[in-house]
Amino acid sequence: MAEPLIALRGLGFRYGAHAALRGVDLEVRRGERIAFVGANGSGKSTLLRVLHGLLPPSEGERRVHGAPRLAMLFQRPFLLRLSAQANVRVALWFAGVRGADARERSALALARVGLAAEAGRPARALSGGQQQRLALARAWALQPDVLLLDEPTASLDPHAKREVEALLDELAAQGMTLLMASHQLGQVKRLAARVVYLEQGRVLADLPVQDFFDGAAPPEARLFLKGELPW
Amino acid sequence: MDPFLESLRTAWALIVHADAQLLQVVGLSLGVSGTACLLAAGFGLAAGAALAVLRFPGRRGVLVLLNTLLALPSVVVGLVVYLLLSRSGPFGEWGLLFTPGAMVIAQTILVVPVVAALTREAVAATWKANGEQLLSLGAGRGAAAALLLWDERLTVLTVLLAAFGRAISEVGAVMIVGGNILGHTRVMTTAIALETSKGDLPLALALGVVLLSVVLALNLLIAAVRWWSTHHHGGAGARPAEVATAGAAHG
Repeated sequence: MAEPLIALRGLGFRYGAHAALRGVDLEVRRGERIAFVGANGSGKSTLLRVLHGLLPPSEGERRVHGAPRLAMLFQRPFLLRLSAQANVRVALWFAGVRGADARERSALALARVGLAAEAGRPARALSGGQQQRLALARAWALQPDVLLLDEPTASLDPHAKREVEALLDELAAQGMTLLMASHQLGQVKRLAARVVYLEQGRVLADLPVQDFFDGAAPPEARLFLKGELPW
Repeated sequence: MDPFLESLRTAWALIVHADAQLLQVVGLSLGVSGTACLLAAGFGLAAGAALAVLRFPGRRGVLVLLNTLLALPSVVVGLVVYLLLSRSGPFGEWGLLFTPGAMVIAQTILVVPVVAALTREAVAATWKANGEQLLSLGAGRGAAAALLLWDERLTVLTVLLAAFGRAISEVGAVMIVGGNILGHTRVMTTAIALETSKGDLPLALALGVVLLSVVLALNLLIAAVRWWSTHHHGGAGARPAEVATAGAAHG
């Protein structure tokens, strides 16, 4: 089997005295679609940040194989007070892409998410769904191997949610690795192939999506699915 | 006649007749305070943005010191600059005492903490909420600080206008290091102080009206900037009411 892109071994993370992650073992392979689910405070978002490298582990190790490019999409994207196109260009500039190449890639990325006509508009004047699509374009322009998504559609209306989901589905179909934290179980079923269930910072289940929802999940996860644990 | 009405009439006459002495005093006030704010911006913006995003030992102490310096009495600044620039002081050979240059130095020292502290507030709020998103894009902290400074440019402009309001309305420092020399270092606030001590209250009040007019113009400029930001940047414009400009003269 191919070497995992990212591997966590006995990983823990603490916010001061609070252990947000404990003894996490996880392997992420190229092209996987993994959803992290669990109640509020279970450690999903922290795990995404550790996987990205934004947070250094407090214990255990994070191994990355083959220097994959990582990009992350947040629940509320931070867009600069610039045009939509300039927002993508800034991200490309940080990635070392300049000049004509940057112009071409930003135009391509905006077209990809259906925002070509909005390229010159101020990013913050766009609707919530358009802003999230712009954030997706910004991430996609970086041509990441792994796209990490932290509740990417939680603050969107159903229509905008469907648009973003369709784009994510397309990206995953083309081989991009998707790692997402989500409260929306329908979305998990639609987008993920593997579900990692977390409770109080521990991984209690790591199952194919079908098995997770068809009764193979441990009792704690089944309580969560029945809505008897807080979200 | 009521002294207030008389002062208003005097102020109006000075303005409409473009009194040469008044123009010279107003011009020097604007020049000294404007230069001081430009110099303070160079250091204060960089220091404020850096303090917002960087973490280093002793940072809290620096923040306490910076916030304390917000209340720096202008006469103390004037006294320190006077001692530094006086003939027997370490920089006495520069010959700056009782020149506009000395006044610029004093006002720069006075407003650097204002620029740095308010810039830090503005950038830190954005950094706290969104810093990790910039880091996730591959930005280093220095680049992120510069980017946030640019992104908060409308707030930064408000900060600079507030600093200008503080500078142009202070009297203690420029009085001490400038000497209030007619035609050379006399600015609006020192002229007001002088006319008051001479008992020419209408003229002093008239100058006060002119000074207030300048501050009013600044506030209108801030309001215009905020309106513009609201209508051109999706509503997230220059935010803090707490950085609205200074009003009356600072001792």
